[in-house]
Amino acid sequence: MLGHLQNIKARLRKRAGLISVIRAYFDERDFIETETPIVIKAPAPEEYIEGIPVENGFLRTSPELQMKEMLCVGYEKIYQIGACFRKNEFGARHCPEFTMLEWYEAKIDYLQLLEFTAGLLRFAAQKIIGSLQVEYQGQAIDLALEPQIITVRDAYKKYAGVDVAQISTEEKFDEIMTSRVEPCLGIGKMTFLIDYPANRAALARLKPDAPKLAERWELYLAGMEIANAYGELTDPVEQRKRFEKAQAARTENNFVPYPFPDDFFRALESGMQECSGCALGIDRLAMIFTDSADISEVRVVK
Amino acid sequence: MLSASDLRKGLKVEIDGEPWLITDFDFCKPGKGTALYRCKMKNMITGNTMDRTYRSGEKFEKPDLGERDMYYSYPEGDFFVFSDAETYEEMRVSKEVLGKNAYFMIEDSLCTILLFNGLALEVTLPIFIEKEITATEPGARGDTATNVTKPAMLDNGYEIQVPIFINTGDIIKIDTRTGEYSERVKKV
Repeated sequence: MLGHLQNIKARLRKRAGLISVIRAYFDERDFIETETPIVIKAPAPEEYIEGIPVENGFLRTSPELQMKEMLCVGYEKIYQIGACFRKNEFGARHCPEFTMLEWYEAKIDYLQLLEFTAGLLRFAAQKIIGSLQVEYQGQAIDLALEPQIITVRDAYKKYAGVDVAQISTEEKFDEIMTSRVEPCLGIGKMTFLIDYPANRAALARLKPDAPKLAERWELYLAGMEIANAYGELTDPVEQRKRFEKAQAARTENNFVPYPFPDDFFRALESGMQECSGCALGIDRLAMIFTDSADISEVRVVK
Repeated sequence: MLSASDLRKGLKVEIDGEPWLITDFDFCKPGKGTALYRCKMKNMITGNTMDRTYRSGEKFEKPDLGERDMYYSYPEGDFFVFSDAETYEEMRVSKEVLGKNAYFMIEDSLCTILLFNGLALEVTLPIFIEKEITATEPGARGDTATNVTKPAMLDNGYEIQVPIFINTGDIIKIDTRTGEYSERVKKV
């Protein structure tokens, strides 16, 4: 452990710099930094994310519901950097305790948010490595280039030769995603994978002109998922339906039951302004900027 | 019972009645999606390898592995007979299981046998054993360099690289983990 700490000193310095320039980016744009609770009563029920129970609740899997309660009472630009926890997620790109940057902005749509996010990455790269040309594990990524924006449907066709409408199960969708689609994304430039099938909408709203698709995108660099964003769902009736479906799936998966997030629903029913939001893995972005193959190279906790 | 989320490099699991060692492991999961556990594994009986991907919720039996300390007693055809350090109960282990170790068996040496459902998978010998060199070319006179080696033979036909100063009749120490020369114990 001590040897590990000694070895990653230069990386941790860069990581600290990254967090500090991210704050600068948001502060300059008039966002309010928030600290919502880390121990919460009811995490958002999600089919494949498992929370860690503690006394009086759960460690948060994300700050989403608490930040949305703030949006419901009129906060328009908020961001947060903090620890989130997901049980049993261990790997070269996963750690059960990780650091999330999450932000929301009212009155912008998910594509404006995409532009904002590309700007954030360019700003951070320029400050941290002094260039928009990033070298990661032998691959060059030019952040100055116009990002690739590709729909889920086109990406499955192009990289896996599969018609996404013909995929029968979510497991199959994910298997093709991790083995064939993801490795082709974020090669040489940023990729935004956009317009997920409606059954993968999570907390995103459906596209008004194409209700089989959700206003959701993910950012990839060098085949690695960096951020996930939504045009946020503001309809409490639809949201309740999705949570109930997710609760049922969780029971099926033998996941620990969560209480229903009543506080969030009270806020949502009082009305949430139209907004878009994004969650970005700080550890993963730090891996990119420090050319680290494993997440443990950019974290104190091994 | 083990489940997919327990999978790690170095873990041993039972699949179709056989024990497998996970030699390489990768966890893949889209943020909002299902987890996949990619494993490279090696069969602990046959040595065969395979790649397998598992999903969350899949279950595995824990292989019934045990260790037993036994003294090596005597050879019997293609087998080697060991006796339990406490009960003196005998067990026969085939030449195939011993592999290269078959050349390093010393009577009454204490070994550890890894067992799966009572079947011997692997025998660990004392780290160092002593053996006599039965044949080697004489080294050039005065050449005492230790980094130059030459082939030498043990009584059982095992060929080993030894320093140039070793002569026929010398007793040497061998590291059983590598099968290589360690040092000279006795000069002729």
